[in-house]
Amino acid sequence: MNLDPHIPAGPLESKWDTYRRTMKLVSPASRRKLDVLVVGSGLAGASAAASLAELGYRVTCLSFHDSPRRAHSIAAQGGINAAKNYPNDGDSVFRLFVDTIKGGDYRSREANVYRLAQLSSNIIDQCVAQGVPFAREYGGGLANRSFGGAQVSRTFYARGQTGQQLLLGAYQALERQVGLGRLRMLTRHEMLDLVVADGVARGIIARDLVTGAVVRLAAHVVVLATGGYGNVFHLSTNAKASNATAIWRAWRRGAGFANPCFTQIHPTCIPVSGEHQSKLTLMSESLRNDGRVWVPRLKGDPRPPNDIPESDRDYVLERLYPSYGNLVPRDVASRAAKLVCDQGRGVGPGGYGVYLDFAEAIGRLGAQVMTERYGNLFEMYQRITDEDPTRVPMRIYPAVHYTMGGLWVDYALMSTIPGLFVIGEANFSDHGANRLGASALMQGLADGYFILPQTVGDYLGSARLAPVAVERAEFAAAESDVRDKLTRLLRIDGRQTVESFHRRLGKLMWDRCGMSRTAAGLREALQRIPALREEFWRDARVLGGQGEINQQLERAGRVADFFELAELMCRDALARDESCGGHFREEHQSPEGDALRDDERFSHVAVWEDAGPGATPRRHVEPLTFQTLTPTRRSYT
Amino acid sequence: MRFVLHVWRQAARDEAGHFQRFEVTGVSGDMSFLEMLDLLNEQLIASGEPPIAFDSDCREGICGACGFVINGDAHGPLPGATVCQLHTRSFHDGDELWLEPWRSAAFPVLRDLMVDRGALDRIIAAAGYVSVATGSAPEANTIPIRKRDAESSMDAAACIGCGACAAACPNGSAALFTAAKIAHLGLLPQGQPERTTRALSMVKQADREGFGACSNIGECEAACPKSISAGLIGRMNRDFLSGAWVERSRIRGK
Repeated sequence: MNLDPHIPAGPLESKWDTYRRTMKLVSPASRRKLDVLVVGSGLAGASAAASLAELGYRVTCLSFHDSPRRAHSIAAQGGINAAKNYPNDGDSVFRLFVDTIKGGDYRSREANVYRLAQLSSNIIDQCVAQGVPFAREYGGGLANRSFGGAQVSRTFYARGQTGQQLLLGAYQALERQVGLGRLRMLTRHEMLDLVVADGVARGIIARDLVTGAVVRLAAHVVVLATGGYGNVFHLSTNAKASNATAIWRAWRRGAGFANPCFTQIHPTCIPVSGEHQSKLTLMSESLRNDGRVWVPRLKGDPRPPNDIPESDRDYVLERLYPSYGNLVPRDVASRAAKLVCDQGRGVGPGGYGVYLDFAEAIGRLGAQVMTERYGNLFEMYQRITDEDPTRVPMRIYPAVHYTMGGLWVDYALMSTIPGLFVIGEANFSDHGANRLGASALMQGLADGYFILPQTVGDYLGSARLAPVAVERAEFAAAESDVRDKLTRLLRIDGRQTVESFHRRLGKLMWDRCGMSRTAAGLREALQRIPALREEFWRDARVLGGQGEINQQLERAGRVADFFELAELMCRDALARDESCGGHFREEHQSPEGDALRDDERFSHVAVWEDAGPGATPRRHVEPLTFQTLTPTRRSYT
Repeated sequence: MRFVLHVWRQAARDEAGHFQRFEVTGVSGDMSFLEMLDLLNEQLIASGEPPIAFDSDCREGICGACGFVINGDAHGPLPGATVCQLHTRSFHDGDELWLEPWRSAAFPVLRDLMVDRGALDRIIAAAGYVSVATGSAPEANTIPIRKRDAESSMDAAACIGCGACAAACPNGSAALFTAAKIAHLGLLPQGQPERTTRALSMVKQADREGFGACSNIGECEAACPKSISAGLIGRMNRDFLSGAWVERSRIRGK
């Protein structure tokens, strides 16, 4: 497997300029004859599809939703980072780069992250021009707030709906191209396989979710922007339909999968209320700006929170990390919550929760300012829990939120299969072992608006691609694989629902491959997952037919892929015998419970290659070299 | 808790539909309304019956995918909430509930509670944007925007495109959806150059899709899960009229 990241030579600051100076261009006349398929219409997919169509490529964009605007990017609450330094508090491109690399626990590429920091400002410019209603100061300038893992205020936001507003900006740009007839949007279409011909990606097989028709789509370039795979855990903050099928099928066709075990657990989610729970709800990390995390000093303290005096409270993060306090990165905050709950000091039903208390901020800023900042989050919380967070402290607990792992890509965001590009959360690129808050939106839009439209041109300008027709044998073979799988799922005719299998897989993954992991636990999971998967294929019940709307069939296919991916995640977590960022191996921790990296052995990206059905996947390595920064132990104390 | 549900069942777009009666037991008040339907679907699958099809995704009221009518109310009885944000504790034990898909000529039913809302995308595609290509934006702080205007714009931009406004309107009008986008962009300096042509094109497209006209009834505002003000429709009408006059002059060659 060729894992050359193709990083341009020269100093860090000029690598992206060097790339653009030397890349191939495609003439406007040629672009009109080149087809690009973009799978997914979230921040990365919509911005890429719109930008490529503006350039004149013939773009087709797919979404399994009824509208491109439904993509899960819409649920991002807190904000988007950019190194504008408007508050004059010492920010710079370099500082954003350092914070992101350090936040990712030195498991990402310097060159990619530096480019991300460089492009961050352009994103804000672009979004403002589109009419994204960011928060403003009285003078009319853009407002900023602080976020975890940084000591500057560089986060731009639109109330608690930043993801929504940024996605609507990209969606409107996309629909503009649809209206101009330059972009074909296929809604309610789900990609079920990748077609590789002559060693390059040349199309996909998709299912029309309304008619059930299986369709072949050919193109010169395939772009996957299909998001993350957090739903492998069943309960996560991801939307119900978010899934790994597109990237998993691409892996089966030869794309390398990088760092699958790197998952992010978000510290501030509403705790689980019962078995029926279908998903978890995130409370934006921005709440940690004004909220203080605490638990009772005493185990099993039965008093309601407001009756517990200051002297009996333990402000955990402020005590453990005095300089960053409640604004430590997500992985650090999550583990601290787990630690105190495991000690029996958790709050709420089941004892898996900690308080996030706004009383001090309400006293300092007044209720009106707090409502202006967090009104919709407070409302959301109250609706779900029936408690008013301005009177009683919120209860929060960590939950799976984001996956830093994903398909391996080089500097040009191309996977190990030429012609297959992967952007946004679906790739592995920029966040290392832990993503900082407000960086996902930044990465998705940097990829889609600014990087991909350049690198796709570079690829098409140098590749000599013969025309490809959907009649080719590779399309027929992939289509027949897809049909076989659908038929097999419908023929199982077992007794247990797909949902019940998903729940069991999720529980196993959360227990053994979640917030903290051990070699023994992972080995056990590696035994139990294949057995559970075998039981699924023997005893799942999927009703209905192929040629109709069949939501059970859709879910069954996604869960079947989760079973396979879950195994790879455990394998990767076992092989990475160190702790770093969100990957916490209990065997490797400091006396204070901090993650202990092993740079000697693991300063690399682990890239897995499919070795065929039934065979053990092969592990390859892309070494990470740090030329500008020196990896140090992360310290937020 | 226990509920009696009458759910609209329709196998496909061109098939006839009917109400089917279900009894759901073992419901906890902490369940969201959609989790209650999940539970019912699990029971249906176990007994070999086709589960109820409905759209939903984020389950936190922001993606706009979910939505159906409960006892005549779009998104149910809770104001300012989508059906996924509704909890069963909003109802009484033993309640009898009638669940129907959005009823609007412009939203064909695809199956059970699922409808096709592509018409809303086409209204946006008609002109619901600022025409700015990637890469051509000026520095973000070049144009100051009054905080008050940015806030009003954000109020309108909060629309999630669920279609409840059109479903609740006796005229089947999508005026609130269309007006919200026109106001979001029209309140910002970036939206000024295309302000009147935007209104003209979007309103025309809504007509073409088969949505009705607004006659100031206000059901849309009551049903809107984001509580968007029907006052914005007045703003839309003003922009539309300006656009129509400009177009008229152009046609006459003036």
